[in-house]
Amino acid sequence: MEIHASYDQHIEVHKYYAGTIFGVVVLALALEAVLPVYFRSAAILELPLLITIYFGLSRRNPSSGLLLGMAIGLAQDSLGHTPFGMYGIAKTAVGFVASSFGSRIDVDHPISRFLLTFVFFHLHNAVLVLTDRILLGQHEPYLEMRLIIASLVNSVVAVVLYPLLDRLRRT
Amino acid sequence: MSIPSRHRSLTLFAAAIAAQVLLLAVQIRRGQQVRLIRVWAIESVSPLGRGAAWSVDGVRGLWNNYVGLRHMREENDQLRGEVGELRMRNSQLESRAAEADRLAGLLGFRDVHSEVQTLAARVIGASPDPSSHMVFISRGSRDGVKRDMGVITPEGVVGKIFAVYPDTSQVLLLTDKESGVGALLAASRSQGPVRGSGDPLLGLEYISSDVKVEQGEKILTSGQDRIFPKDLPVGTVVQVQPDRRSPFQKISVKPAARLDGLEEVLVLLTRQEFTFRKDADKAPVPVASVTSPKPAAFPTAPTAPKPVASVTPSKPTAPPPPTKPAIPPVPPKPAAPVTSPKPAASEAPSKPAEPETPQDPGTPDNP
Repeated sequence: MEIHASYDQHIEVHKYYAGTIFGVVVLALALEAVLPVYFRSAAILELPLLITIYFGLSRRNPSSGLLLGMAIGLAQDSLGHTPFGMYGIAKTAVGFVASSFGSRIDVDHPISRFLLTFVFFHLHNAVLVLTDRILLGQHEPYLEMRLIIASLVNSVVAVVLYPLLDRLRRT
Repeated sequence: MSIPSRHRSLTLFAAAIAAQVLLLAVQIRRGQQVRLIRVWAIESVSPLGRGAAWSVDGVRGLWNNYVGLRHMREENDQLRGEVGELRMRNSQLESRAAEADRLAGLLGFRDVHSEVQTLAARVIGASPDPSSHMVFISRGSRDGVKRDMGVITPEGVVGKIFAVYPDTSQVLLLTDKESGVGALLAASRSQGPVRGSGDPLLGLEYISSDVKVEQGEKILTSGQDRIFPKDLPVGTVVQVQPDRRSPFQKISVKPAARLDGLEEVLVLLTRQEFTFRKDADKAPVPVASVTSPKPAAFPTAPTAPKPVASVTPSKPTAPPPPTKPAIPPVPPKPAAPVTSPKPAASEAPSKPAEPETPQDPGTPDNP
């Protein structure tokens, strides 16, 4: 217990207002739906995923992280044409893993945020492809140049976006 | 039951993933538009069904192959017995059918040659002496059978009556060494005696080397032995060999009648000539009349007197002419006209050396 106590002393748990989280999520989903209409290249962005990763890493609670990821994913499924649960599963996994990682390492550094976003982006995509292949019986290609570019772009966006979101923390 | 706090999130994660997977499964359709949840349900239940079926089959197989077969051995033995009985019965029926065919042939022959008095007889035994080719038939003096009467089948000549008893007679087959019949070649009409040799084949003798004899040529009765009418089938030439030491050929003849498997025969009660028709056995006849104990008395027209030869062919005392049979001629003797339907009365005058019918049923005629 002492180990945990001393460990917890080094890992800061950030808290957010529920309305803040809800508003950020809705905004991300709205931008995800609207931006590609005006900027075709904006389709490469995965803002709901970035929000899931951010809150998972920041709140450092696996239960709330996976539930938030599941909610964001299901909302994304409901807005799109994918079967209900595709993005839900992927973002549940990402939210759970991000929360678990966030409780153990420092996730406030830009480089670590970049790397973690890069890794979680590929984890998210891996779960999507896996679900596609296992449940839907489709053989989507896993690793493409477009995916690598997207992961890099989203990681860069995360490095820029996360400090802005840090401002929303409850003090 | 409380879940430890460190596993709570993991449990929640698993539950969330499982719930969403199920949610997906409900929506996704596979193959024949079957929902994935249904596919999973069936695939998860089917092993149970297969297991249950396997168990039921196992129990059923155990019952059918072991428990249910307790009485199989007894049943098998019983069935084997039934099969044996049925085979025996089938064999009997086949034998009866064959007998009926033969009797129908005999009867057909008799009907086609209705101008000839014949008496159907069954072969009831063979001679105990293997060197003599004789059989016993079921007709005797009480039926009008007399010594030296001809015996035939629809296929051809069988032999002659050798001894007569009240109810049976002894037939000397053509294959016996002492047997013979006046014969001629169907093609060249060259005459000569056919003799038995003790073997299945007969020998046609005293056919000159000048006469062309073909293998397969038919041998017919010449009618000069005063036993058989003319032109009855005797056999078929199977081998022709020149004899350097004599002016005659050695001709082997296969008997026309199946002498080794005789069962029913016809006794010629008269020597009246008739035209032998091979298709006699095809004539439709009532089977019941075949087994009548007494011969039907066929009314026959009186025949003109004809010269006849001796009954038993014997070796010539002098070298015979090439085309003549080596049978010493017998003074022409008119055959008595057949006026009575009784065979004994009609045949008596036509026999050259008819033996006396023995008074004692157990004593045969002196051959």
